[in-house]
This record gives sequence, structure tokens and C-alpha cells, in this order.
Amino acid sequence: MQALWFWIVAVMLAAYVVLDGFDLGVGIIFPFVTRTEEERQHAIRAIGPVWDGNEVWLLAAGGTLFFAFPLVYASSFSGFYMPLMIVLWLLILRGLAVELRMHFADPLWRTFFDGLFFFSSSLLAIFFGAALANVIRGVSLGTDNYFYLPLWTNWRTGTNPGILDWYTVIGGVMALLALALHGALYLSLKTEGHLERRSRITAGRLWPFVAIATILAVPATVVARPDSLHNYYSHPAAFLSPIGVTVSLIAIIIAMRKHSEIGAFLSSCAYLVAMLCGAAAGLYPVLLPSTNPSVPSITIAMSIVGPHSLRVGLAWWSIGTLLALMYFSIVYWLFRGKVEQHIATYDH
Amino acid sequence: MDALALHRIHFAFTVTYHYLFPQLTMGLALLIVILKTMALRTGDERYNVSARFWAKIFAVNFLLGVVTGIPMEFQFGTNWSEFSRRTGGVIGQPLAMEGVFSFFLESSFLGLFLFGEKRLSRFAHWGAAFLVFCGSWISGFFIIVTDAWMQHPVAYTVMPNGTYEVASFWGLMMNPWAWLQYAHNMCGAVVTAAFVMSSVGALYILQDRKDDFGRIFVKLGVTAGVIACIIQIFPTGDLHGKYMAKNQPVATAAMEGLFHSQTGAPIVLMGQPDVEAQKIDNPIAVNKVLSFLIYGTTAAEVKGLDQYPKDLWPTTLPLLFYSYHIMAGLGTYFVALMAVAAFLLWRGKLYTSRWILWPILLSFPLPYIANTAGWMTAEIGRQPWLVYNLIRTSDGYSKHIGAGTSLFSLLGFLGMYTVLSILWIMLVYNFIHKGPDTSEKLDHHTLTTA
Repeated sequence: MQALWFWIVAVMLAAYVVLDGFDLGVGIIFPFVTRTEEERQHAIRAIGPVWDGNEVWLLAAGGTLFFAFPLVYASSFSGFYMPLMIVLWLLILRGLAVELRMHFADPLWRTFFDGLFFFSSSLLAIFFGAALANVIRGVSLGTDNYFYLPLWTNWRTGTNPGILDWYTVIGGVMALLALALHGALYLSLKTEGHLERRSRITAGRLWPFVAIATILAVPATVVARPDSLHNYYSHPAAFLSPIGVTVSLIAIIIAMRKHSEIGAFLSSCAYLVAMLCGAAAGLYPVLLPSTNPSVPSITIAMSIVGPHSLRVGLAWWSIGTLLALMYFSIVYWLFRGKVEQHIATYDH
Repeated sequence: MDALALHRIHFAFTVTYHYLFPQLTMGLALLIVILKTMALRTGDERYNVSARFWAKIFAVNFLLGVVTGIPMEFQFGTNWSEFSRRTGGVIGQPLAMEGVFSFFLESSFLGLFLFGEKRLSRFAHWGAAFLVFCGSWISGFFIIVTDAWMQHPVAYTVMPNGTYEVASFWGLMMNPWAWLQYAHNMCGAVVTAAFVMSSVGALYILQDRKDDFGRIFVKLGVTAGVIACIIQIFPTGDLHGKYMAKNQPVATAAMEGLFHSQTGAPIVLMGQPDVEAQKIDNPIAVNKVLSFLIYGTTAAEVKGLDQYPKDLWPTTLPLLFYSYHIMAGLGTYFVALMAVAAFLLWRGKLYTSRWILWPILLSFPLPYIANTAGWMTAEIGRQPWLVYNLIRTSDGYSKHIGAGTSLFSLLGFLGMYTVLSILWIMLVYNFIHKGPDTSEKLDHHTLTTA
């Protein structure tokens, strides 16, 4: 039961990365694949009806973490205070950029919102990558299970790391590249004309960089947190995730060669899920590793809420998630197929 | 200023600003469903055009509600980590449920409602509006359950390590405080939306343009407004006040400015609390009314602040007193204004009575003030407790986040929200200036079968 909630939170975060990942990715490649105002509207329309729902997975995952593991929520949110405040401001700016652009007719306003969309999407991808890398590497927990990390220290991992060090920067760049590829594959799937063609070319150019970053990430993780391989040796089934990463990464390029846009996009989804599974498998049963030798890491058992809450929680979580899947099916079904370039489906 | 004060202002400012948007969208969601229902029943296209116009205003307010709402969920952990660690086992439950049951519903169907009118049938589009309304009211419920547990903790067990967990899920959801507060709060949201809608309607009538729509807006706004304003005072406000007097007597004494216990206690309509001297300066009071309001008899004794040690008194007592009196005073004004307007509407004279259209036009900010003051009454009245009688506010904040850090992010939010306010004013001004667009007629038969 306790382990189940670890995986529930992990699955919700994975859903967030896969879903919001593609609209973040659209923001990252936005200035590079659109040339005309019509194409920019086309790209925004391709994420318009879904981006907000995608972002809800972050809130739902955060709420579920709060509910199931209050100690982890309290410790990590206060410990990562400054970067989280920046994330909040970026989320605000990004929401404005996507939704308000269409209400302003002046081209200067639109250019401003486009820049904001690119800037906030890119920085958010980097922050989320770095955040995950922080959780993998661990933080210098105090005896009260709290911590407060400076933005950076000496750029080294070790007992007193900062939020940014060589490893978390790799994590940030990795996320930026992977989500840019994910967004490019989504746009080539959902759009047509020049925008589709440029997105496909961009995806082809991004793929080798993502592959190199993926290959680098494994030894980097082992150096940053040596015991992250521990689970893999004790439970060889965990090796399924690196295998999944490799297979899906190759599947992306094969599907692109065969002009299967849906195949390439789904492979990219699988790639992101496999990467996150690999990270979660390396962490389990730890939720927040400690780099402080005298303080143990925060584990599931230390932070899980009581059995009554978990039982009730499982009931409503199952019902709620089924409903959410139903809503998403309806919305994505009504939104199926390519978004047409010329027809204005917006009333504004 | 010390860290505690700054963390309190941090949360108070961001939540107050945030709630400017949901109070409109929750109320407006109901009014839009009514407009869509009238369009279905009468087949009158003007109701659909009206719904489309208000949907635009709804969408911008909803967006600002979303982007200012995300920081609220984060702040429990960032600024109030001790509180989160100790009570996450209880309040984490409704907060997580809000995400799962409400946000998915709202975000999925809002897009369909805003952009899907051409693709959906009339009934499906009504359904999308209805589901957005459900989502926003469910969201309100879970937030109120969270707050109600802090006001009146029920159904919990204390663990050996000092944390709290849910002992009974239904006990938590059926907290009487939550249902009273929910009724009072949602009614307040309808008041805001009704005032905003009738204000825009009054503007169009006074400007002598968009004539049909001015009348539709005033009619719906005043009708919904008079009902909501009355329910707001009786029974919801009355019941909530009595329940509070029973369970938080010290807060009631403080907000009424009753320093000394009294039989036949008076109600102070106006005055200034002097905490040092423990009296109300220049009071205007009506004898025995407070005893009657709380206990139903003028002879009852109401306990004053002198019955409680000073460290149980709400920490910013005059602010509590003023907030409560502004809420109650404005609530009374709302009933008076809406009753007169509803009477004129019934007599068929409202649209030509400029003397009443002017106050309707100008009163739209007042429900925002009243709702804010009401929440301030509830939350300042809860002090010095973070969770009533269980955790003191001074024990709940993030001890590792110093005053300067908190002030830094508070200033960041102040700046960010100034930008949001400017954009909001530009957009809403534009929407209202343009008004409902009758040229956007939709031919449902050809488009849904296409």
C-alpha cells in the first residue's frame, strides 16, 4: 500500500511531463519553426484547448504528494524556496502569453507575448530538469529533515551541493532538449504545411543531441549519486527502464524515417516515461536522498500518512483519475486530427 | 518586521488577490448556465450572444484565477512548511481532491465551452457550461473544507510525532463549519457576479447603446442579486454567525468589540476599538441586539473578551473589528439596493429609473470589498491559531525561510500582480466597451451536421 503511493505520485508526475511536456516543447521551438503570424496562431491553436488541462497534472501530483507524503512536501517545497518562486512566476507569465496573445491585435503586443512564451517555456523546462536532478542527487538535509539550498555553491556534487551544479545543469539541458524534441514531434503531428515541415526538420536535428545527452546522463548520475545503481543490482527488472529508453529513442528516429508522425510522438512519450521510470527505480524507496552523512534520507516509510487516509485516498483517487481520463479522452477525441491552418476555430 | 509577520502577509496578500477572480467566476458560471438555459428554452438568440459575451470575461478572470491559484498550493509548502508537515495528513486530502475532482473537470470543459460552440450541439454546449460550473463549485467546496478544518478541526487523530491524521473521512467532509461557510461563501460569489452583470447592464442602458443586452443583464443581475443578497444574510450569515459564536466565542467578542461580558449585550454598529483601554471609542450601539442575534433572546449573557486570557485574543483586533463591520454594513446596503431595484423591475420602471441605475453601475466594486472583508473576519478571527486550539500561527511557518527571503518573494508577487491587474483592466475594459457582438450568429444545423 505504501509503495503504491510512491508509484501513484510517480505516474502523475510522468503524466505531467508527457502531456505538459509537449506544450512546453512547442514554446521552446516556437520562434524557430514559425515564420508568419498565421503560422504562429496555427501553433498556438495546436495546444490551445489542452495546455491548461495538461498543467493540472502538476497541481494534482503536487496535491497528492502533499496528501500522501506531507514531510516530503514540507521539506522539499521550503528547501527549494527560491527556484519554486521563480517557477511560479514563470508559470504565471506563460499562462498569460498563451491565452492573452489572441486578445491583442497589435503586432508588437503579439511579438511580446511570443517572446514571453518562448522564454518562460524554455526556462521552465530547464528548471524542471534541474529539479529532478536535484532530487536524484540529494540535498543536505538537516537533523530536523529540513534543508535550504543556495542557488549554487562550488558547482560540485558532494555533501554541500547547491541547486545548480554540473549535474543539475546537465539535467536542465537534458530536459530542454528532450521536451523540445517532444514538442517538435507534437507539432508535426498536429499541424500542416510549412509549420509541419519545419517541425519535422527541427525534430530530426534535435534527435542526435537528445541521444548524446541521454548517453551522458547515465554515467553522470552514477558519479553524482553512486548508490543510484543499488536498486538495479538488487532488482534486475529495473533494467527494463534503460532498455525502454534505448528502444523508444531508436523508435523515434525509425518512425520519423517512415513518416509515421503518431509513431514518433508516441515513442517520444514512451522515452520520457522510461527516463522517469529509470529515475524512480533508482530512488525507490527513497523520496528525498540526503547528502549529509549524519542524516538519513527521507524514505517512504518515514513520510507516509496513516493507513486510514491511504485507504480512503485510494478510493477517491481511483474514481477521480478515471473521471479525469474520461474528460481527457473526450477533449482529445474532439480535438483529434490535424489542426487546420486556415480555418479560424477561435471566435476572437 | 519579523519572519512570522512577513509569511502571514505573504499568504494573506496572495490569497486575497487570488480570490478576486474566483469569486466572480464561480458566480458568473451559474449566471452563464442560466443564460444558456434561457437560450435553450426560449430559442432567443440574444441569450446565446449574452452567454458568449460573459464567457469572454469569464475566460480572462478564470485564467487569472488559475495562474494566481497555483502559488497558493505551493505556499503551503514553501512558506508554511511546519504547518504542512503536521497537518498534511488531514488538509492534504481535500487539497489533492480539489486537483483531481475539480481542476481536471474545469480545464477540460472550459476549452470546449469557449471554443467548441460550432462543433457541439446546443445541448452539448449547455452541458459544457454546466460542467464548468460544477468544476468551479466543487473547487470552492474542497478549499472551504480545508479552511473549515483550520477553523474548527474535527475528525482527526494526533500521532505520536505531533502530526495530525484523518480519523474519519466523512467526518472531515461533513464538518458543519464547512457547510455553513460554503453556503455563505458561494452565495457571496453569486452576489459579486450579479453586481458585476447588473453594473454592465446599467452602463449600456445609461449610455443608451446595446439596449436589449443592457436590459437582459440588469434583469438577470438584479433577480439573482436580490435572492443572493437576502440568502447571504439570512439564513447563511445568521447561521454561520451563531455557529461561530458557539465555537469561537473569543473571536465573536473581538469582532463585535465586546470587551466586557454583558447580559442584554448591545450591537455596535460603528465605533473604534481601543484595545489599551478595552473599550469602543465613539460607539453607535443598539441595546440588547447582540444577545438576541446570538441566542434568540435579549436577556442572554454574551461573554466578552475579559473572560479570556489576552494571549487568546485575535492578534490584530481593530482590523478584525473593521473587517467584520464593513462586511455586515455592505451586506445590508446590498439588500437595500437590490430590493429597490427588484421592486422597480417588477413594476416595469427599472430601465428608465436613472437614479437607481447609477448606484447599480457604481456598486460593482463593493461585493469584492465585502467578500474580502468577510474572509478577513474569518481568518483574523482565527488568530492566534493556525488550526484552532491546536497549532499556533507562530509555530506553523517555515523556520528556514528568513524575513528577507519572504519579503523578496512578496515584493516579486506584488510586482507580478500589478502587471496582471493592468492587463486585466485593459482586456475587460475592451470587452465591455465592444459589448455583446450580435454579428457572431451561429447556424447550428449546418455546422453540427457538417
